[in-house]
Amino acid sequence: MSISQRIFNLFSKSEVARDIDAELQSHIDLRIEESLAAGITPEQARRDALVRFGNPLATRERVLGEDAALLLESIAADIRFAWRQLVKNLGFAATAVIVLALGIGASVSIFAFVDAALIKPLPYADPARLAQVTETTAFFSTPANLSYPDYLDWKRQASTLSSLDVYGGAGYLLGTESGMVPVPALKVSAGFFRTLGVQPVLGRDFNPSEDQPQAAPVVVLSYNSWRHRFNGQPGIIGQTVDLSGEPTTIIGVLPKEFHFAPRGNAEFFTPLVATAASACLMRRSCHNLVGVGRLKPGVTIQQAQAEFKAIAANLERQYPASNRGQGASVMSLANAFLGDIRPILLALLSGAGLLLAIACVNVSSLLLVRSESRRREVSLRGALGASYWRLLRQFITEGLLLVGVGGLLGIAAAYVATKMLKAMLSKNMLAQMPYLNDVGMNLHTLFFALVVCAFAAALFSLAPLLQLTLGGGGLRDGLAEGSRGASGLTWRRFGENLVVVELAIAVVLLVGAGLLGKSFYRLLHVELGFEPNHLATVDVILPPKQYAKEDQQRAAAHAILDRIQRLPGVQAAGTSSVVVLSGNGNTDWIRFVGRSYDGRHNEVNEREVSANYLQTIGASLQRGRYFTDAEDASKPKVVLINQALARTYFPGQNPIGQRFGDTSLTPTSIREIVGVVNDVREGGLDEPIVPAEYEPFNQSPDTYMTLVVRTAGNENDILPTLISAIRGFDPGISTDDETTMALRISGSSTAYLHRTAAWLVGGFAALALVLSVVGLYGVIAYSVSQRTREIGVRMALGAQRANVYRLVLRQSGRLTAFGVAVGLVCSIGAAALARKLLFGTQPWDLGTLMVVALTLGSAAMLASFLPAQRAASVNPVEALRAE
Amino acid sequence: MAKNDLQGTLDLLVLKTLSQLGELHGYGIVVHIQRASDELLKVEEGSLYPALHRMEQSGWVASSWGLTATNRKAKYYKLTAVGRKQLRAAEADFEHLVRGVRAILHYA
Repeated sequence: MSISQRIFNLFSKSEVARDIDAELQSHIDLRIEESLAAGITPEQARRDALVRFGNPLATRERVLGEDAALLLESIAADIRFAWRQLVKNLGFAATAVIVLALGIGASVSIFAFVDAALIKPLPYADPARLAQVTETTAFFSTPANLSYPDYLDWKRQASTLSSLDVYGGAGYLLGTESGMVPVPALKVSAGFFRTLGVQPVLGRDFNPSEDQPQAAPVVVLSYNSWRHRFNGQPGIIGQTVDLSGEPTTIIGVLPKEFHFAPRGNAEFFTPLVATAASACLMRRSCHNLVGVGRLKPGVTIQQAQAEFKAIAANLERQYPASNRGQGASVMSLANAFLGDIRPILLALLSGAGLLLAIACVNVSSLLLVRSESRRREVSLRGALGASYWRLLRQFITEGLLLVGVGGLLGIAAAYVATKMLKAMLSKNMLAQMPYLNDVGMNLHTLFFALVVCAFAAALFSLAPLLQLTLGGGGLRDGLAEGSRGASGLTWRRFGENLVVVELAIAVVLLVGAGLLGKSFYRLLHVELGFEPNHLATVDVILPPKQYAKEDQQRAAAHAILDRIQRLPGVQAAGTSSVVVLSGNGNTDWIRFVGRSYDGRHNEVNEREVSANYLQTIGASLQRGRYFTDAEDASKPKVVLINQALARTYFPGQNPIGQRFGDTSLTPTSIREIVGVVNDVREGGLDEPIVPAEYEPFNQSPDTYMTLVVRTAGNENDILPTLISAIRGFDPGISTDDETTMALRISGSSTAYLHRTAAWLVGGFAALALVLSVVGLYGVIAYSVSQRTREIGVRMALGAQRANVYRLVLRQSGRLTAFGVAVGLVCSIGAAALARKLLFGTQPWDLGTLMVVALTLGSAAMLASFLPAQRAASVNPVEALRAE
Repeated sequence: MAKNDLQGTLDLLVLKTLSQLGELHGYGIVVHIQRASDELLKVEEGSLYPALHRMEQSGWVASSWGLTATNRKAKYYKLTAVGRKQLRAAEADFEHLVRGVRAILHYA
């Protein structure tokens, strides 16, 4: 038969089938004819012929089956049949499809984030060989910053790295037609982009000489900055921009896919130049940089770490004053960028995976119940000549169809969900996690979706296969009345196991949601040490050229505060160099006057604040007094300390009147403690309280400060007024990041991550609860329907309704108890694994475990009460007569 | 050896029958095999027609509708050139098998 004939056959199945039918019929006729000729009666001849021939339908199917192309046709027939079956049973089909779509949608959308953050490589050449290189100190649990002189020594001595460069955060005031605009920037050593292996799309990157003091100022733009601030002009290279009053030449534009997570919103990249003006870079004790190095081929992170530890130890001996306690940390760049988000994403992915698992288990038990109720249909088809494989194929087709529809819906849901989740990310969050800009459906996520669907399809095909196999003879027995014996029991056992699995998974998700929710609550209710309501904050940046002198800075700050305090609705206003909750850091090393000193670094948070800043935020004075506006450079230097500093360095003593200075007790650095304030949370919500000192702004002024204002009414409404008041004083002053304390707290990345994790896992858990309880209901209801006769017999023999209730509830109680017990054990294990995500909550939090067990237990009892009631209302006479 | 299964044997019987008797319908093939083998071999209709259909798809046989001696419509099969070649190969295979099996049976 030619190919064209085969293809023709595909479209004319009925033609071929008729042909075969005619041929088979002619065969039977020929045999009858011969028998007649042999003298047998016509009826007998006809009967013999048919008996000898067997089942003509089955034979036709087999002949058709030989036609390879027609196999497709019969599959299409299967699909049509499956579709009709599903449409006929719309409730079942809709439930299964929705459950599947939820499971697939949840896991695919979470995977989209995992893909963008953890799977996609960082946009640098050979990113696996890049490492973050920093110093460490006892003050920070995480890697600390690197000082410029240390960096130069490290770079010179390092033999495990092919190159080492540094970067540090920076900001500029960009001169535009509408005034000075603050812009985020990154200062980098000249080889930075070469170390990363990033080529600008326009122009060039920095020459090795361009981070030298005499070099002309140059800048490289981020792609976004070029597109949006400079309208993507092709001739941008060589143009000059005004960066904080300095005319700077644009030499390059970075590629579109480039991002740098430590400062994801950086728009301007300038060379890090060490001059006398940048005092911090000249001091070994001033740590404001982070190193990025490229490992030599064959060198591991551990080898590099060992080498840098040795170098740091040498420097510690060489420069004890500045380097005491300064270690070294080398970790992969991917780890440094993604370390915080990885456990959260993996936990969410596991949660979504569990939800998917429960959805699949649920749908397979639905399929099982259905195929159980189709036992007669199956037996009938078997008796009419359908082969085992043919029947199995029908079930598999139905499973695949369910998965296909559910998968499509799930992918659509995931598309919407990723968009929504991404929209929930604030601008600040995206700046910290720039890789999430790429979140969305792509080949990776579609591939993942396909794998998930294939897994589900395999599971759904396996269930009827098991049943047909286990059911074995049941296939033929099914026609006989009341043959619900052995195979029904086999299935019931299997279904019960499935329900235990569902319940256990639901417990794990519920406990996870409970623990995460509790952590989030604890985080938001952490002791702040100040009064966060009705506080508005705005960063104020004085143009450094016009406000170069300390007197000018003092006068400006004074005038601005004066104007703000006279605004209607303002109760108090103050400034700080670093506003509360920004993070521990900006530290100082202190040494106490009149005590022996062993050179140890007593590291404390250092904040320069206006006289009434602490009153404004609502801190409370524990001892001594606040400093006053009058205490400026002309007066003796004073300082306030927090309770942690008092506890650590003055245990059981009165610190008031004590004095401390820098590590060498330089006379100008010595200050007298005039008061103790309570522990105000300077670090993030989940960071520990550490010692802190508060110096008067008037004694160490600066061009940068954060203004904090306490309002009588809504703090949001006053923000525009604040900005115009500042501009009204001097339009050259720029402002940035105007917001409220409440938003700072709820919008902080810690709070965001905890909130998202709690809500998402909570959503998964709620769905899991519903699915598992519905699953339990299904099993109990099915079991009751199977045992109607048994219950009838029991009641006829004198069982009371209460006994019947007990019979049913005992079965569901056993399953629930088993599922909950397994789930609790698993969830303690899972929570211990995800311990990093918990805050102020133990993995074995008894309250959470009990609430979950009770919730699930009562929901399960409720679900089994309905079938129990049905069982108890069985009329024994009818139940027995029905058989 | 792989070809010497039962299906291969049925194919061989059908091809040989067609090569000996020329054009023949399915019923005729069943009857001929039964008679020619002294009632030793009975071909199941349930296997014959799928086999014929498969052989037609492989191009070993060609079919056409025709009339029997008693004026009844029937589908007639005849061997094609490819089928002839296939028959020679199948015969050789079968001889091979028979010699092998006989050698085993007569091994002393």
